[in-house]
Amino acid sequence: MDLFTKLEILTDAAKYDVACTSSGVDRSGEKGKLGSAVACGICHSFAADGRCISLLKVLMSNDCAFDCSYCVNRRTSDTRRATFTPEELCSLTMNFYRRNYIEGLFLSSAVVKNPDYTCELMLGTLRRLREEEGFRGYIHVKAIPGASPALLEQLGGLADRMSVNIELPSQKSLALLAPQKSREKILGPMAQIRDGIRENGKELVKYRHAPKFVPAGQSTQMIIGATPESDRQILLLTEGLYRKYTLKRVFFSAYIPMVNHRNLPARNTPPPLLREHRLYQADWLLRFYGFRAGEILDENHPDFDPLLDPKCNWALNHMEQFPVEVNRAPYEMLLRVPGVGVRSAKRILSARRYAALDFEGLKKLGVVLKRARFFLTCKGKSASPLPTDNPLVIKGTICERGISQRQIGAPEQLSLFAPTKEDQVQCLTGQI
Amino acid sequence: MSYRTNLVYRYDGSFSGFLCCVFQCFQNRELPGAIEPWDAPQETLFPIREIETIPEQAQRVDRSIPRKISAEAYALVRDAFLTCLEEKELKMLRFLLLGYRVGPQVMQLLTDERVHVLDRAVFHARHEAHMLTGFLRFSDYGGFLAAEIGPKNNVMPLLAPHFCERFSCEDFLIWDSVHHTGLLHQKSGEYRFFEADRVELPQPDENEQQYRELWKRFYQTIAVEGRENPRQRRTMMAKRYWPWITEMQEDPFVLRQKNRERAGSQDILKGTVGAGTQSLPNVVE
Repeated sequence: MDLFTKLEILTDAAKYDVACTSSGVDRSGEKGKLGSAVACGICHSFAADGRCISLLKVLMSNDCAFDCSYCVNRRTSDTRRATFTPEELCSLTMNFYRRNYIEGLFLSSAVVKNPDYTCELMLGTLRRLREEEGFRGYIHVKAIPGASPALLEQLGGLADRMSVNIELPSQKSLALLAPQKSREKILGPMAQIRDGIRENGKELVKYRHAPKFVPAGQSTQMIIGATPESDRQILLLTEGLYRKYTLKRVFFSAYIPMVNHRNLPARNTPPPLLREHRLYQADWLLRFYGFRAGEILDENHPDFDPLLDPKCNWALNHMEQFPVEVNRAPYEMLLRVPGVGVRSAKRILSARRYAALDFEGLKKLGVVLKRARFFLTCKGKSASPLPTDNPLVIKGTICERGISQRQIGAPEQLSLFAPTKEDQVQCLTGQI
Repeated sequence: MSYRTNLVYRYDGSFSGFLCCVFQCFQNRELPGAIEPWDAPQETLFPIREIETIPEQAQRVDRSIPRKISAEAYALVRDAFLTCLEEKELKMLRFLLLGYRVGPQVMQLLTDERVHVLDRAVFHARHEAHMLTGFLRFSDYGGFLAAEIGPKNNVMPLLAPHFCERFSCEDFLIWDSVHHTGLLHQKSGEYRFFEADRVELPQPDENEQQYRELWKRFYQTIAVEGRENPRQRRTMMAKRYWPWITEMQEDPFVLRQKNRERAGSQDILKGTVGAGTQSLPNVVE
């Protein structure tokens, strides 16, 4: 099999992995060696689906021994199979990197034979890259659930970031769709990596040149929309993962039906892209805006409003905390104002030390007044064109336009004699 | 300071030259109505003062900025000189005048028009430089790497540290076909900026062609069907970068642009990778 076909098969199999970030580690270049890493990460291209391409995202192999029903590479699926040799993958990475196509390598794999064997294969590639070629670029490697802790430890010593996918948001769904994986098998390696990073942090304090272990931290991803969990459940899980496992990122992946299975949505279900988008927005609120999951969605509203972003949604449900006086409000409160981001909140803090701010000034600082004007006052004055006592009025003004009807459910003509669910069943059985 | 707004300063177009303009402005107690480089076409009948670049004067201003304002303000002015801001010299001068008056806090006066204009322009330039650290594409010519870019701002000085560090073990050339400047880096660690009218790059060899094809194959495969979002892609990777991005070469937009060029309108792709015939990059000074 030639390199072109191999690359195609193994990229095709890896494309559903969401993480393609190259952030979290600063590593300067070294004379005579290729590569460096930048903490903010660099996107090298954007694919036709609008997602960033930063790393060469491929599988080591797609020749899987497992049979997870949602996965295209499952043992019983009829697809082409290929496996990279460490040499091929190394030369591909180095040559792409030299041409500035990529920021590094994202290596994942299906389980070949058994988890330990797969880990050995990946380890071989990483060793070759780091030790023989002297590669100093970014490497993200996927931990294989069920592999021995010793191998995981070695992988972590060579990679910048590691990830273990928790795949589905609850144990019940996991048991239903991925019988070979279990909560323990997934959370085990995650805890091991967390402890490794903690231990390494202590070592680095003592010895500056101690070898680094997963310096860019770990991430995970889960599939959204294949199972019936609510947004609130997913968000609470996400928050728990950030807190307990000190993850850097949790990624969400809208489920695209690829296979027919009785436990999965039908083939023609569109992927819940808007829901995924809302989850990412909420994820940002968790990580940078000081929100807690329980605040963003409460028990009475377990799902996101498709027309409003989570921050606006929260603000409209808590109008008693607004309006906020820009020249006096603390940073934490500024961050909660829709239309004010981290950057503009920081700029407000530094600018208001020297001059009282007005709305013209806020615009210069990068505040989106279209949303913020309903929630802010400058020197006691509001710029809201509408009375702010009724949240529904404001909602009508700031809700997002241009969201297609398909994504929120098409409107329908109301009828006095609308067919009920029973009627539809009777239709099918021939009773009507 | 007496205000003579009908006076035009003309300087040599270098950063030192600009600093001399600042010096002259203080020495003669006047505020010019415009500051233009020598090579800009003269479009005014106002009296002109030719500003000579004198290193001592430039150095005095250069030292005074970090001392009397702040190091950040110096970095802002230095980067502002690279931007494509219209009348940037005058705006920089206004910023400096404000800075000398209020001191280090000038960097916090973000709502002041004089600071805001510069701040936004520099943000744009630094952002463009950051995007180009990703979007720049090297081609391998038998061990020698070369790339062409066409940025709006003169970002070469901002790009140089990143690429010199990352590719310290490579010989490489980056050519900015809009500003006619280039960066030449050698394995030994030496690098220099140069100016040239044209840089011709040789035809890519078979090996290079193969890696381009492999990369294109990867690019086409990695997109998830069912999630196509061309608008998102355009937002994240503006179309103006596409003509130099390897994987976008077969894209309808780029093809259209190429056709238009062949038809004889603006010649913006001249000297792109693969245009010349020599075996090594040929720099025409």
